[in-house]
Amino acid sequence: METAALVVVAFLALAALAPSVLAPGDPLAIAPLDSFQPPSLAHVFGTDESGRDIYTRVIHGTGASLLIGIAATAIGLGLALVFGLLAGFGPRWLDFGTTRFLEVLFAFPGLLFALLFIVVYGPGVVTSTIAVGLSTAPGYARIIRSRVIQVRTSPYLEAALVLGRGRPSRIVRHVLPNVAGSLFVLATLGIGQSIVWASSLSYLGLGAVPPAAEWGAMLSAGRTYIASFWWMTFFPGLFIVLSAAATTLLGRGIQQRGRES
Amino acid sequence: MAGSLNVDLVAGRSRPDPRPGARPDGAGTDGAVTDGADTPSARRGRLIRWAALRLGGVLFVLWAVATVTFFALRLIPGDPAEAILGGPGSQASAEALAEARAEYGLDQPLFTQYVVYLGHLATGDLGTSYALRDSVASVILVNLGPTLLLALVSLVTALVLALGLAVWSTRGGRVAAAVGSLLEIVAAAVPHFWLAISLILLFSTTLGWLPPVSVPGPLGLVLPVLTLAIPLAGFLGQVMREALLDAMESPFVLSARARGEGDGGVFWRHALRHAAIPAIGLVGWAFGSLISGAVVVETIFARQGLGRSLLSAVQGRDVPLVIGVVLVVALAYMLVTTLTDLADRVVDPRLNRVSR
Amino acid sequence: MSALLSVRGLRVRFGDAEVVSDVSFDVAAGECVGIVGESGSGKSVTARALLGLAGRQASVTADELRFDETQILDASAARLRSLRGREIGYVSQGALVALDPLRPVGREISDSLRLHTSSTPAQRRARVLELLADVGVPDPELRAGQRPDELSGGLRQRAVIASAIALGPRLIIADEPTTALDSTVQAGILDLLERLRSEGAALVLISHDLAVVSRLASRVLVMHEGRIVESGPSASVLAEPQHPYTRRLIAAVPTDRPRGTRLGPTPAVPAPAPSPAPAPATPAPATSLNGNSGVTPVAGRDSAHARRAEARTPEFPSTPVVVAAGLSRSFGARLAVDDVSFTLQRGRTLGIVGESGSGKTTVARLVLALDRPDSGDVRLLGKPWSTATERERRPLRPRVGAIYQDALSSFDPRKTVGQIVADALTHGRSQRAGVEVADLLRRVGLDERVMNRRPARLSGGQQQRVAIARAIAPAPDLIVCDEPVSSLDVSVQAQVLDLLDELQRDLGLSYLFITHDLGVVRHVSDEVLVMRAGRVVERGATEQVFGAPQHEYTRALFASAPRIGGDLDLWPVPSVGS
Repeated sequence: METAALVVVAFLALAALAPSVLAPGDPLAIAPLDSFQPPSLAHVFGTDESGRDIYTRVIHGTGASLLIGIAATAIGLGLALVFGLLAGFGPRWLDFGTTRFLEVLFAFPGLLFALLFIVVYGPGVVTSTIAVGLSTAPGYARIIRSRVIQVRTSPYLEAALVLGRGRPSRIVRHVLPNVAGSLFVLATLGIGQSIVWASSLSYLGLGAVPPAAEWGAMLSAGRTYIASFWWMTFFPGLFIVLSAAATTLLGRGIQQRGRES
Repeated sequence: MAGSLNVDLVAGRSRPDPRPGARPDGAGTDGAVTDGADTPSARRGRLIRWAALRLGGVLFVLWAVATVTFFALRLIPGDPAEAILGGPGSQASAEALAEARAEYGLDQPLFTQYVVYLGHLATGDLGTSYALRDSVASVILVNLGPTLLLALVSLVTALVLALGLAVWSTRGGRVAAAVGSLLEIVAAAVPHFWLAISLILLFSTTLGWLPPVSVPGPLGLVLPVLTLAIPLAGFLGQVMREALLDAMESPFVLSARARGEGDGGVFWRHALRHAAIPAIGLVGWAFGSLISGAVVVETIFARQGLGRSLLSAVQGRDVPLVIGVVLVVALAYMLVTTLTDLADRVVDPRLNRVSR
Repeated sequence: MSALLSVRGLRVRFGDAEVVSDVSFDVAAGECVGIVGESGSGKSVTARALLGLAGRQASVTADELRFDETQILDASAARLRSLRGREIGYVSQGALVALDPLRPVGREISDSLRLHTSSTPAQRRARVLELLADVGVPDPELRAGQRPDELSGGLRQRAVIASAIALGPRLIIADEPTTALDSTVQAGILDLLERLRSEGAALVLISHDLAVVSRLASRVLVMHEGRIVESGPSASVLAEPQHPYTRRLIAAVPTDRPRGTRLGPTPAVPAPAPSPAPAPATPAPATSLNGNSGVTPVAGRDSAHARRAEARTPEFPSTPVVVAAGLSRSFGARLAVDDVSFTLQRGRTLGIVGESGSGKTTVARLVLALDRPDSGDVRLLGKPWSTATERERRPLRPRVGAIYQDALSSFDPRKTVGQIVADALTHGRSQRAGVEVADLLRRVGLDERVMNRRPARLSGGQQQRVAIARAIAPAPDLIVCDEPVSSLDVSVQAQVLDLLDELQRDLGLSYLFITHDLGVVRHVSDEVLVMRAGRVVERGATEQVFGAPQHEYTRALFASAPRIGGDLDLWPVPSVGS
């Protein structure tokens, strides 16, 4: 199963970096006469309201969509790293304070924090990406914190102390590498989730907007036509599912391998 | 227990890890580990202390959330009064602006505003939604019921589905296990809107069995519930399956079988409870996930509810309503988390031990 | 009278691997048969196979596997279920998860009653209390309602036994019933099993501990790699073992083996590496008196490492390595260490023995300066140690090493063996470590190819060797050993103890050796401290303490430890002199 995931991820990477290889057409080319065509041999995924080929748009949109997912994850993990390390390493009071702060953030489940953020700063690609990043940060921070504590209190840290290693040396040689391992797994799991959430926001009209060939934007445009022209939303959505599933599978595979070794 | 990262991500609680230690055990005197410290009154005392601490924690978080929303309003660029009336550029009339200023005390010093705000909240006054020409509180009250119903039914459905999936994949051999695992991952990676569309396509447009929009009565509930329940079931199923597998391989199941317990007994008396533990821990999070899913689901199926109101409030920059909904949801969420913590302790009494 | 249990040609396979090969034996009513083997011998799989519980992946075949009138392999599932618990009882090791951790032990016990008898809950409850009292659990009313994690190890084991014998089974299979229990507690459990046997049950007792088995079993079977290599009456098998494996096993038990004698077979001498430059032959730093030391690998002597050890001749050779005075440490209300003092001289081994909760591990941590004493102090090599700051201690740290019971968890999981040992070596210095690491690994009896592997892939014995290599890398004066062999098989334990002995002689090391195992401590120590509840109750030269213990606790402790031959008298002074 992991090989399937790898293949999918490779395909997506190719689509992101060299879309013309997979879809030679122009994603922005309008052909009003061909609008609202259902999937056919000429247009594998059908056409949208302006006659643009959806398959081409989906492929060309991969880069932007993946970028949004990666950016949101980076924001989330970056913040989480700061909080997690502070809480895990700092003195008791810092840990206490940070954990309380995280608890407060946790009181805003799921999209709610993102929505609050958007209400304040307005809709758009940038704000929705930041919003998703902020929403995921507390979850990651909690994990990083407990991982830091787990490593700090482990026997091999003590063994390093017995060998005569000073604190900074122990942190750099032992704690950080062991924490970083989990980070990687978190990142792969997180990218999938971020893509899903960011696209949900776009679907609701709060994220990316047309004519950008970005999956979320395509969803947003297709929203009004769901009942009659389902393919406008279905295929971008399918790619979203594939990306999220593939990255999640990969992440879990890496996690399994880490546990076995 | 093989706790996957996903569970940690969500439940964030470290379980007491019963390591069958290799060190000799027995304190030399064959005496008890909990000597006298575990009388019923001591246990009650601990429970009360725990409840009090929790209550304090909940109140603290609520206060913090209120403070966050207070500042959220004032962070919006431009005139707060305008923001209240629908955001910058809302072109509100001068009287409306004055009215808003008076109600929210925007001419007062910040601290006074804050106190007034907290005071309002304490009495249940969540402000007014100018867009809907109604008090926020009444808007919420009207919409709360349907959303809670949706969330509850979806939660139960998800739990049932997850349990079924977990059991089937552990009983059925390797193929079933692989398929089950794949299903779970995919289910958890599916965005609500896409699932909704696919379900509508399948059951409404193609098969015609169910209505594409929500109608009153149970039939109109089916698709929205499925849309919410399936991804959640995927996630819960993963967790339950791991716990189930763990339990079935553990020494106490061997002991039970050696006593003459059959497969059924082993499952119902032992493994099930162990599989339920992580699931219960996740119910709180699941509730939150359902609420945010409701935003999409209610919109697609045109169902009245808090989610839909929230979305139109965000789209229309109806700030007081957004803040009101967020506050109410936070309150509900904290309540649910506290309840699940309590349930957790009932199902797994090890959490009640003296040292944590 | 035909045997109650009859096994002929039992074979168990998991996939391609045959884990149990051609095992045959009989057990009669009222008889105790012991099965002895180390990990991987197949003894536990055999036990489970007798119940038909070898597992879904196992394929079990036998010419005969008969309990009373029933052929186990042909019996229906329902028949097997009715046998289990009612006619055949299974006692497993009483770990925290031997009984369902979420249910009170009373429920677990009453389950047997519920499954096999028609009785009311009230009747069952009464019977449970009876059973608990019968197996020696004080205050059964309270205990029946408690969960396994609320009971001590000994009580848990008794509860497990109660659930197994609830219906008076005619055959009891006990798999490692006393492992991980203190000796005094162990003695109680063995007494209980003996009583059950004398009441008419047939007992199959499985253990890695020869002494435990010899105490109860009239006949013993020795298993190795899935086969029975020797069997017969326990007295004769243990007194005159025929098979080489049995001989090795018995020889490996440290009890009664004088200081300095080799426990394990002599290791093959690893091929000496070509030395980078011819070095003058260095004489062994510390001499010791013994005859059977066996071959010492010459390769180590010429290494840079040994040269460095030589170079660090102590300024004052008569300075004691460790002086602890009046150490006390409490954790909250609990006094873990109470006024403990001792001195450890260079090249000697001080053994600290005690049961769990005696404070010996805390003493180890205080000596390693991983913890600060509340009062009293530790001086290392004449210099202040516990009173110094960590910064002041740091230059001295390379002089103290440590090895633990769980070697694997003391290794950074991301590092390879080579990196772990090199870490201890280079410590800020350059990359010439490669050769030295290979040297060290050979020194501890490991092939240098192990360097690139992760410790998780090694066996327990190999992991401990890596830990030893790491500990001796900075050429320390002292090594604190905290239960280093407690989780190893007897034969592996023997090799590790021999290695430690050898290293002590070659490198002039001093050991602070902490253990609960009386046999081990007697074998390795020059002096011994007996600890109980944080205090030192007896101290002195090993043979003096063991030969004529003064304190009543010491006497009780020694009396409770099972020994091969089943002699419960006080430990005699060994006749083998130095």
